[in-house]
Amino acid sequence: MEKIYAHPQSLYNVSSHYCAGCGHGIAHRLVAEAVDELGIREKVIAIAPVGCAVLAYDYWNFDCTEAAHGRALAVATAIKRVRPDNVVFTYQGDGDLAAIGTNETIHTANRGENLTVIFINNAVYGMTGGQMAPTSLIGQKTATTLKGRDPALQGYPLKISELLAQLPGVKYVERVALISPAEINKARQAVLLALRNQIEGVGFSLVEMLSPCPTYWGMSAQAAMGWIKETMIKEFPLGRIK
Amino acid sequence: MINVHIDGQRCKGCYLCIAVCPRKSLGVAAVLNKKGVKPVEFKKGAECIGCRFCATMCPDCCIEIEKE
Repeated sequence: MEKIYAHPQSLYNVSSHYCAGCGHGIAHRLVAEAVDELGIREKVIAIAPVGCAVLAYDYWNFDCTEAAHGRALAVATAIKRVRPDNVVFTYQGDGDLAAIGTNETIHTANRGENLTVIFINNAVYGMTGGQMAPTSLIGQKTATTLKGRDPALQGYPLKISELLAQLPGVKYVERVALISPAEINKARQAVLLALRNQIEGVGFSLVEMLSPCPTYWGMSAQAAMGWIKETMIKEFPLGRIK
Repeated sequence: MINVHIDGQRCKGCYLCIAVCPRKSLGVAAVLNKKGVKPVEFKKGAECIGCRFCATMCPDCCIEIEKE
């Protein structure tokens, strides 16, 4: 018997705490598969965020650490400078990377640190109960925007990837969506390229993943995939930004 | 011959795999698992073409596929 699809070695064979249909599970697997494919399991160091993925180190079978809320890229900078031979990446949600950590994100990108960032954009604060995130869409109902996000009160969805792409220190930015086998395969290629860039010394690479949060979007897993396809992609177009 | 192994105890019942299977070979089991959800199962007598769509989609990495 030949396994044509096997559990990645870099992912523990355990049940995660994520809700049914949560995109974090898919993203974790893509990262684990990329680490396996590049053969860097003994060299990689991940920095987990604060947010739903705070326990990522319980699922990845490689070295991980945890940073204070939003500070993952500051910690990553230190680790990479002290241990330049290791492959260092951060895994951050929109609340971590684009809200409380915007400062660290922009300055790390502007310094052109040779790091990889996996950015999960699900347009909501998952861990704390579905509050509005900077990336929430106009009109999106959340726990803190009961009538929908109103630009006059809460501003506009923050396109942090486009913003970072303008910085000369940033070498690679791509937005993908975890909505179908075809799109997930594109996401896998993007993660591989972002990690390869670091190994080859290219510089700061970021992959933004549009990821479903069925629980706080108040819909089924299947409907959440449809919502990304029909609504979210219009605000956050897919493809290579830089 | 292709065998699809589904870890029914880890399945959370999002059923994303059922939606993407091109041969409609996956269905919902009749019995609850330890999590209290009806897990996905491979339908008896159904065929698998080994496209791996289900395993690619599964957020909980419950599916492994073997080819003889």
